Amino acid sequence: MRKVSAAISLFVFWVLLSGHFTPFLLTAGAVSAFAVVVFARRLELVDPEGHPVDFSGSALRYWPWLGVEIVKSAWDVSRLIVDPKLPISPTLVRVKPTQVSAVGRVVYANSITLTPGTVTVVAGREEFLVHAITRAGAESLAAGDMDRRVTRFEGTR
Amino acid sequence: MTLAGILAFGLLSLGGVFCVIGAVGLLRMPDFYTRMHAASVIETLGAGLVIAGLIVQAGFTLASAKLVILALLIFFASPTATHALAKVAHESGVEPVARAREGEEAP
Amino acid sequence: MIYAPAIVALVVTLALAMARAFLGPTLFDRALAANAIGTVAMLLLAVLEFLTGRPEYTDLALVYGLLNIVGTIAVLKFFRVGDLGQEGTVEEGESR
Repeated sequence: MRKVSAAISLFVFWVLLSGHFTPFLLTAGAVSAFAVVVFARRLELVDPEGHPVDFSGSALRYWPWLGVEIVKSAWDVSRLIVDPKLPISPTLVRVKPTQVSAVGRVVYANSITLTPGTVTVVAGREEFLVHAITRAGAESLAAGDMDRRVTRFEGTR
Repeated sequence: MTLAGILAFGLLSLGGVFCVIGAVGLLRMPDFYTRMHAASVIETLGAGLVIAGLIVQAGFTLASAKLVILALLIFFASPTATHALAKVAHESGVEPVARAREGEEAP
Repeated sequence: MIYAPAIVALVVTLALAMARAFLGPTLFDRALAANAIGTVAMLLLAVLEFLTGRPEYTDLALVYGLLNIVGTIAVLKFFRVGDLGQEGTVEEGESR
């Protein structure tokens, strides 16, 4: 099932990138998608990590919230940059991720980094070391709202 | 100019403004770690707004689909690159300034 | 000319990021500036597509983006390990 879905996604990707609808190119795309899935299966890459289609539903709920967070914190960082006094207070903070799977922790670490103002410096199994540009940013991350949302993202497939 | 054209103009110009703000931060910030935060403004809000403006301009075409793929590539790849940079810098002993003051260079 | 302000802003961004790449002071500042330059170059290529009406530029931007991340990781790995062929060090307790 996962292989079929991977092949279909690859074929859609081919069509979007090529933009030509001649029979030859469509056939070549289908053959390429099939060949890639066959090779990926031999390499054992078609697993929940390689083709995480299970997360589509929760991603649709999580991404809009993440987008709003990114805009808010990008605006805060922009205000810091244009402020003549440069009122930054760089802080290193350790947070404990509550996700159980590697995918969940990667999503959490990537979300922290994608949000301007916080960057995951070390992403371990038990603990993340996060550099925040302001003390307030570090404190709001330590409050754990994003952590809870990623855990929910991971849990509801 | 059509309404979509005006919207596209606004998004593109705003995206450009955030790119410049991010680049100014890249120059103004006192040490490597704080500069990283400035660069992520370019990669999120700057890139996002410019691509959104182009998508509005293109309408519902194949070009917009490619632009969406471009945006997804930036949003998935840039945190990975930033994290790799931060991790290697941390392991190589680049110390973050604890309480950065203006005009102070990282040790 | 709805693209003029965006293009001017992107070129100014390129110049400022280039200045950071020259100033350094550490290797990582330069790598960070190179990464930002790559992102801005992608955006510039995407805008160029609409300016010139040639749809090939988005494909160039996609390829540039892929090369950008591979290049950044390659430079980092080279300076961390000193060899591109060697296996990376795996942290203790890190899952593969």
